[in-house]
Amino acid sequence: MGVERQSQDQAPSGLALEGPFVWKRVLDRLSAWAERLAGNVFLLPAVLVVLFLSIFPLIISLYLSLSRFKFVKGGFEIKFAGLANYRKLLLGSEKRHFLGIMADPSLVGWLVLAVVVALLVRSLVRYGRSRSLSMGGLLGRVVVAVLVSLGARYLVGTLGGNGWPGTLVVTWIYVFVGIVVQYLLGLGLAVLTTQRLPGRRFFRVVFLLPMMITPVGVAYIFRMLVDTDKGPFQPIWQGVGLAGFSWVNDPWAARAAVMIGDIWQWTPFMFIVLLAALEGQSIEQVEAALVDGANRWQIFWHITLPQILPVSMTLILIRMIEAFKIVDLPNVLTNGGPGTATESMTLQAYISWRSLDLGGSAAIAYILLLVVTFMGISYVNLIRSRVAEE
Amino acid sequence: MDVVRKLFRRKSISAPSPGAMVLSYLALGIWALVVLFPLYWLLITSFKLPVDVNTGPFYIPGVDFKPSLHAWHYILFGDLQRDTIRPYINTVIVAPASASLALLLGTAAAYGLMRFRYQPRLGTILTFIGCLALAIFAIVLGVPWQIAVVAGIALFILLLQTIGRRFKRSLGNNDIAFWMISTRMLPPVAVVIPIYVLFQRLHLLDTQAALIITYVASNLPIVIWLMRDYFQTIPVELEESAAIDGASRYRILSSIVLPLSVPGLVATFLFVLVFAWNEYLLALFLSKAHAQTLPLTVAAQNATRGPQWWYMSVLIVIMIIPVIAMAIALERYIARGLLVGAIKG
Repeated sequence: MGVERQSQDQAPSGLALEGPFVWKRVLDRLSAWAERLAGNVFLLPAVLVVLFLSIFPLIISLYLSLSRFKFVKGGFEIKFAGLANYRKLLLGSEKRHFLGIMADPSLVGWLVLAVVVALLVRSLVRYGRSRSLSMGGLLGRVVVAVLVSLGARYLVGTLGGNGWPGTLVVTWIYVFVGIVVQYLLGLGLAVLTTQRLPGRRFFRVVFLLPMMITPVGVAYIFRMLVDTDKGPFQPIWQGVGLAGFSWVNDPWAARAAVMIGDIWQWTPFMFIVLLAALEGQSIEQVEAALVDGANRWQIFWHITLPQILPVSMTLILIRMIEAFKIVDLPNVLTNGGPGTATESMTLQAYISWRSLDLGGSAAIAYILLLVVTFMGISYVNLIRSRVAEE
Repeated sequence: MDVVRKLFRRKSISAPSPGAMVLSYLALGIWALVVLFPLYWLLITSFKLPVDVNTGPFYIPGVDFKPSLHAWHYILFGDLQRDTIRPYINTVIVAPASASLALLLGTAAAYGLMRFRYQPRLGTILTFIGCLALAIFAIVLGVPWQIAVVAGIALFILLLQTIGRRFKRSLGNNDIAFWMISTRMLPPVAVVIPIYVLFQRLHLLDTQAALIITYVASNLPIVIWLMRDYFQTIPVELEESAAIDGASRYRILSSIVLPLSVPGLVATFLFVLVFAWNEYLLALFLSKAHAQTLPLTVAAQNATRGPQWWYMSVLIVIMIIPVIAMAIALERYIARGLLVGAIKG
């Protein structure tokens, strides 16, 4: 500030200098002003663009999910229907389709359930003994633990024995299996291609390829591949005695086909982001550790992994959000069948949307939004923040 | 034992040992095969006659079936030529434009979220959403939209000056970031009708601009989240010393932070490019004859007689060629060593 005032005082005295001086002062002012606003300049454009296209759909589809859409003479009519669409999904005619059927779990199911509950109780006890104990924190954790164990009971009930998984559970399976396999594969491939191997650039480009094909295209490619009659693996199927077998007739085989396609397509995304993270890490620590005689595994576990953890957590969150919206693969590959065995929530929303049940479709979308938001928030709060602190 | 140990000893710090090299090549080779075989099948299908596809698996062109260019001819010069070229041009314009814009805006926002503290008032946000909902409700009830918008803005300012000030609670950077990513949680099926209506009102339906805006908005959250994490790995000391030397925020971003995060920028760009290149459902709604993109053309090959595998294969092949070229051109920038010695220097 002092410097500025001085120049103000001096400016009128030298007439010859006035022109350039004025300009310099204006420029200084401008740049100081720009500097003060930098934070807003950086953030606001993005916020405005996202706001423009997100708030509007959010409110409209909430309204749609609470109403019934009907074609009438010369147009359409949207009639407010309260919670009817939700009631239909959770309690009414679509319950079996959406939530599935709960049965008594098998022995394995009970065991899994017991392990989950034991783990949750253990983490609660551990939190209760820790120093950072607070009433709000404890309450939040208890709520999450109860919800998780109810979710586990639901999963065990629909998957084992006589249960039938609805689209909700099927979507969960796609997300969970897909992310775990994709992350591990992507990480392994990224680590391998950061080594100084001749030809690694070839592999890097090749590994990216599946991501570049339009999802509809991938779905059609896999439909060709899994054809046991005319597909490329026909001799193998014949050899094993499955020549006439159709993937599409067995629920778990059909789901496996969908998951294989999903893994094939999205491992490259994990791969490229982890590759960039690995290449961006500073090499000095690794070299220092090597000089100290650490082995590969120790270096990976203690130096590399902590450095790529933040990116990994973000990556998993993004993939989780995207994976919940899986639609093209089950739609093209199996058409949701057999029955509704491979239908994901988005596909169910898509199908009811195609049959012009816009309200029902929006209701499914909103339940999906709630599920993903719950998963996302608990993920960010419980895992990501813990990792970031370490 | 000794031989094994020798096999796994490194020659130098950065080079892997011969044994590790063999194992690495084995693993890489297997996955390369997994990746390439479906693509090979796609490629040879594009040279097959319908009868070759329908009578059973044939593997090698020229050996067990006679390659034919009929599908290529049909797509590139025949009946479908007009239907291919326009979507192609549209895709080539829309995808890179939206990816670049998303990268530009998203990188700036990510940097802002990393280095500044934002405290949007909770009261402001709630009144804003409330007024917007009221305005939309009014439009649904039949009020002309100009009046509704003006009234909504007036109400918003009024409430902000009176009630809004009472809410002292404000949100932080993490809340903004989470809000951003949460906008991706609604499935496109739910988003597409409101967006359709929105662009219809703006008279932008079936234009490239509508697609670009939509893709920028839907890709921004991903850019912001990924770039935020890449920025985190850049030592803050570098920026501080630049600030002491008198560099402005903009200069620090453009000449220090960005050059150091090139690997992340390239990876993110490739991802959002590919997303826009391949997007299907939004394009299905927002474009008709004029702004149609390639994924629609691919999906259209599923005719009533069943999928036309040969045409579909040709389309998918010509669709991935430009993206592969882009990946090959950009891959070299995802390279190690940009940060080495930066702090000491």
